[in-house]
Amino acid sequence: MSALITPELVLLDVEVPDRGTVTRLLAQRLQAAGRVTDLDGFLADVRAREELMPTGLPGGIGIPHCRSAHVTVPTLGFARVPSGVDFGAEDGPATLVFLIAAPEGGGQEHLTILATLARKLIHQSFRDALMAADKPSDVVDLVSKEVAA
Amino acid sequence: MKLVAVTSCPTGIAHTYMAAEALEQAGRAAGHDIQVETQGAAGATPLPPEVIAAADAVIFAVDVEVRDRQRFAGKPTVQVSVKKAISDAPGIIEQAVEEARSAPATVTSGAPAPADPFGATGPALASKVTDGAGTATRVRQWLMTGVSYMIPFVAAGGILIALGFMIAQVAAGKEGVVLVTQVDPATLANNFDVTSGLQWAALLFWIGKYAFAFLVPALAGFIAFAIADRPGIVPGFVGGWISANLVGAGFLGGIAAGFIGGFIALWLVRRPVPRALRPIMPVVVIPLVSTLLTGAVMILVLGRPLKWVSDELTKGLNNMNGANLILLGVILGLMMAFDMGGPVNKVAYTFATTGLEAVGTATDATQLKVMAAVMAAGMTPPLGMALATVLRPKLFTDAERENGVAAWLLGASFITEGAIPFAAGDPLRVIPSLMLGSAVTGGMVMGFGSTLRAPHGGLWVTPLIGGILPYLLAIVIGTVITAFAVTALKGSRSAKQSEVAQDALVAA
Repeated sequence: MSALITPELVLLDVEVPDRGTVTRLLAQRLQAAGRVTDLDGFLADVRAREELMPTGLPGGIGIPHCRSAHVTVPTLGFARVPSGVDFGAEDGPATLVFLIAAPEGGGQEHLTILATLARKLIHQSFRDALMAADKPSDVVDLVSKEVAA
Repeated sequence: MKLVAVTSCPTGIAHTYMAAEALEQAGRAAGHDIQVETQGAAGATPLPPEVIAAADAVIFAVDVEVRDRQRFAGKPTVQVSVKKAISDAPGIIEQAVEEARSAPATVTSGAPAPADPFGATGPALASKVTDGAGTATRVRQWLMTGVSYMIPFVAAGGILIALGFMIAQVAAGKEGVVLVTQVDPATLANNFDVTSGLQWAALLFWIGKYAFAFLVPALAGFIAFAIADRPGIVPGFVGGWISANLVGAGFLGGIAAGFIGGFIALWLVRRPVPRALRPIMPVVVIPLVSTLLTGAVMILVLGRPLKWVSDELTKGLNNMNGANLILLGVILGLMMAFDMGGPVNKVAYTFATTGLEAVGTATDATQLKVMAAVMAAGMTPPLGMALATVLRPKLFTDAERENGVAAWLLGASFITEGAIPFAAGDPLRVIPSLMLGSAVTGGMVMGFGSTLRAPHGGLWVTPLIGGILPYLLAIVIGTVITAFAVTALKGSRSAKQSEVAQDALVAA
C-alpha cells in the first residue's frame, strides 16, 4: 500500500491569490506522482464539493477534498500558506491546506486511514506541529506517525 | 450524562470524522460519556441498540440524512450542521445536555413510554438487533410492528360497526341490522336526517367500514416500515391497499405486500447512487420505483393465481350441494377462519350470502343453515382469541391483550377481522387454532340445523336466528376450542422467556 503522503506532495510556505490556485498547485503534484490521472477532471470534482459548502474550518484550516474517479490511490497533499488563503471559514483565511483525494470506489482500508487523518486535524497539537515543520519530510513523518498511531 | 451522536457529510471522508473527533473530545472534556457513529465513506458501524437506549440525548451533526434515524426516536435531540460540530463542539454538547435535562424523565429511562405512538417504533429499533436476533425473531418483530399499528384501526372500525349494529337494532327493530348496511353513505353526506336512528346507526357503521379499509394497508405499510424504515411506508401501504381491494388477497396478501415493499425499498436504499442523484433519492426515486415494483408484483403476479383459487373453491363448494351437510359446515368453518377477509374467507361468505338471495321466503332451506354456520364460524376466531388473552395473559403482548378486550365485541358482532392482529403476529400458531374452533362450530351449526336469514350482525341478529340455543352452544364450544388450542401452541413456545420479553418490548 503506497503511503498517504510523500515529500513531493508537501508545499511549505507558498503564496497564492485564492483557493483555486493552491488546490491546483497541490493537484499538479498529485498528478506528477501518478496519483491523479486527469488533472482537470479531478479539479472539477474538488470544486463540485467545495461548491456544496466551503471546506474552510476555524483555526486556519482548509480541507478541499473529494472522492473522484480520477484518483488512483488515497492521497493527502499539504500546503502551508503563511499569509493565508480564503476557504470560506468564518474566522478568516486558512494557513494549513489539506487536499484529500480518495478514489471513487475506495477500498475500506484506505478510507479508514483517511478517516483517522481527518480526526487528527481537530487536534491543536497536530496543527502546531505542522506549522513548525522545517521541511517536507517533517510533515510526512508527522502524518505517518499520527495516522499509524 | 450519556450522549450518542451521528456524524455524516456529503463526501464522507473528512468532516464526518472531524466532527466525530471534535464531539468526542468536547464531550469527554465536559465529563460526559459519548459514543459517535460515523456514517461516512469508510462504512458505518451502527451504535449498539443498548447504547442508544441508555443515552440521555442524541446529537445529529449531519449535512445529509441520518441513516436509520428511527433508532433514535423519542430521544431528546440536537441537530446541527457537521461544520458547526467541528467549530463549536463544546457548545453543542452543552445544548444536548440542556435538551436531556428539560426532557420528560420517562424518555431517559431507555424504553419508550407506552402511550407514545412512536413507542411502537421500538421494533424499528428492535428489528435492527441483527446481532443475536435470528431470522425468525426478526420476522416476528416486523410482523408485530405492523400489527401494533393496525390494532387501532381494528378497534376503531370494529367497535364503530358493532355500535352501528346495536343502534340499528334499537332504532329499526330486528331487521335493523340488515337495513343499516343498505343505507347509502352518500345519503348520509347529502341528506342526513338527525331524527332517524337508522341513519345514526349507518353513520357509525360506514365510518367503521372506512376505518376497516385501512386495516390491511396499515399492516402492510408498517411491516415494510419495520424492514426498511421510512422508505418502506409508501410501497407497503399501496401494496396493502391493492391486496385488500383490487386482488382481494386480504391480510395474508397484506403481509406479503409488506415484505415485498419493505425489501424492495431496502434494496433501493442500499444502492450506491451518483452524488447528483442523492438528494432526490428519498423524495422521488425510492418512493416511485419501490411503489411501482411492489404494485406490479401484487397486481400482475398475485392477481391471477388468487382468482384461480377463488374460482376453484367456489366451484368446489357448489359441487358439494347435496353432500354431507356437517362436512360442508366443517369446510366452511375452516375457510372462514383461514384468512379472515381474504380470498378463502370471501369465497365461503359469498357462497352463503349468494344462497341467501336464492332462497326467497322459505324458512328451512339448506341455504339458511349455511348462512348460520358461516356466521357462527366467523364469530369464534375473535371470541376464542379474546378468551385466550383472559385465560393466559402472559402469552400475549400488551397490545394483544388490549386488542383482546375489543375482540369480545367484534366477535359477538361477526367481525372476524378482530382476530387478524393475533393471526398476523403469529400466523403459524394462531391460524390453525382459529380454523379448528371454526370448523367445529360450523359443523355443529349445520348438524343442529340452525337457520339465519341475515347476512351479517352476529349476536345483534339473534331474533332472526332459528334454533338459537344450539347455535349459541356451537359458538361457545368453538370459542373454547380455539382458546385452548392457541394457548397450548403458544404455551409450548413460552418456555423461551427471552422471546416473550422481546415481544413485549416490540409491542410496547
